[in-house]
Amino acid sequence: MGKTIQTLEHNLDIAEIRRQFPVLHQQVNDKPLVYLDNAATTQKPLAVIDAIKNYYQKDNANIHRGIHTLAERATADFEKTRDAVKAFIGAEHREEIIFTKGTTEGINLVAQTWGRAYLKEGDEILISGMEHHSNMVPWQMIAQEKKAIIKIIPINDAGELLMDEYEKLLNSRTKLVAVVHASNTLGSINPVKQIIQLAHRHGAIVLIDGAQSTSHLDITVSDWSADFFVFSGHKVYGPTGVGILYGKRALLEAMPPYQGGGEMIGEVRYDGFTWNELPYKFEAGTPNIADVIALKSALDFISVLGKQNIRTYENSLLQYACAKLKSLEGIRFIGTANDKVSILSFVFNDIHHQDLGIILDKEGIAIRTGHHCTQPLMGRLRITGTSRASFAVYNTMEEIDRLEAGLKKAIKLFR
Amino acid sequence: MNVSIDDIQKEIIEDFSIFDNWDDKYAYIIECGKKLKPLAPEYKTETNLVRGCQSQVWLHAEHKDGVVNFYADSDAIIVKGLISLLVRVLSGHTAEHVVKSDLYFIDKIGMQSHLSMTRSSGLSSMLKTMKVKALLFLEQEKAN
Repeated sequence: MGKTIQTLEHNLDIAEIRRQFPVLHQQVNDKPLVYLDNAATTQKPLAVIDAIKNYYQKDNANIHRGIHTLAERATADFEKTRDAVKAFIGAEHREEIIFTKGTTEGINLVAQTWGRAYLKEGDEILISGMEHHSNMVPWQMIAQEKKAIIKIIPINDAGELLMDEYEKLLNSRTKLVAVVHASNTLGSINPVKQIIQLAHRHGAIVLIDGAQSTSHLDITVSDWSADFFVFSGHKVYGPTGVGILYGKRALLEAMPPYQGGGEMIGEVRYDGFTWNELPYKFEAGTPNIADVIALKSALDFISVLGKQNIRTYENSLLQYACAKLKSLEGIRFIGTANDKVSILSFVFNDIHHQDLGIILDKEGIAIRTGHHCTQPLMGRLRITGTSRASFAVYNTMEEIDRLEAGLKKAIKLFR
Repeated sequence: MNVSIDDIQKEIIEDFSIFDNWDDKYAYIIECGKKLKPLAPEYKTETNLVRGCQSQVWLHAEHKDGVVNFYADSDAIIVKGLISLLVRVLSGHTAEHVVKSDLYFIDKIGMQSHLSMTRSSGLSSMLKTMKVKALLFLEQEKAN
């Protein structure tokens, strides 16, 4: 331990970064923890933990309504996060940023409001063959209700979208395209700008699921002309229970509200109500104030390090892991797209992924095993699950060595 | 008199007491898994499938001459080893004994984490299914 990995290329002091993550410094099953389940959730830096603590210790008050000092402080901090998110994802207007519980709620919000208002019988929704269940089931639910049709954009064996097939699927009935930016199972990065351009030519709107991309890649929703973009706080070094729905202002304005309650109303009478303006129209009830405030600290953490530095370093981790693991007898990588985030899925024909996960845990190594909430994709690839190691900026080459050693030990036990 | 559920549990706890590290313990469980007779294909049915998140487990139960016998299989070897222990403990006893059994051996051999909710191994649903099947036999017995 303590070896600083510092190269000119990425300009990051990884040992210093690791010091900011208290959770990493612990023993699991008497071994130093190696946390490689970052695609499920990232760990939190001290700045995020402190922001939550500070809020409850100093500022706790309900926002937007109170006239007193604490309420004003809490409101100001809460709204600062909206500005931070706007800048972070390259949006044009702050009212285009809606706070949600997470990616899943963002997608459900669009499906239940935009979908309910605008989908008609026979309309077509395109999703890709590598979608997470959360970018699939909400569409299936509204499609069933509206008698709309869901079509799947196919992928090749490497886990890349077949853009030619995508173009062929687009037509005047296509109302919405919902595609993941980076696959949680395969790591594949999809060409979102191109996907959006093509959809717009046919008058369809596009939702991009940024759950797996936002901590790794530059997000520029306005430049892409994305109609909706969703992500979760807890996968970008922020707290759980907070997420973002970005929507183009005109679209959000045209959509009915999602949930009714306080905050989302303009005026309430016994015989009805009017809606509040954006973004509050979609934020009924007291929001998750502490976690929204702490999300800003997470985005600041990423911005200070620099997305390009993070991408370069994580890419070197991925390359190193591929090189190390490919020599293991019988290993097969799942997801070999040209352009990938730092997610490495693999299978062994003779060893069940669950067995690998159990042994690695005994070695203090946390990976994810299973279908990763992408059952249809598993079917397409003719597997029942994978083992997945996913890397974040605080991971090290030494940890990948530990993963390799753990896998070797497991292989010896099982064969 | 046959050995009781309690006796078999004590036997297993005794077997495991010689291991002083997890490697040996898991190696033994894996060995148990490999030794468990594969379930005949005709029993690997949808109705015999016990739902777990990550691995598949099939459980077939028979009630003959007043005792219950279990036959099981899994596509994951550690789970298969663990269910082989359950099969060993709960087979050959009356349905009533199976229903009323308290399986403390899992805890004593340090495998309780596999029964917890977070372990999506399906072992806890497996154990529950074994008892439910025995309960059905018990009710049939009473009805006859």
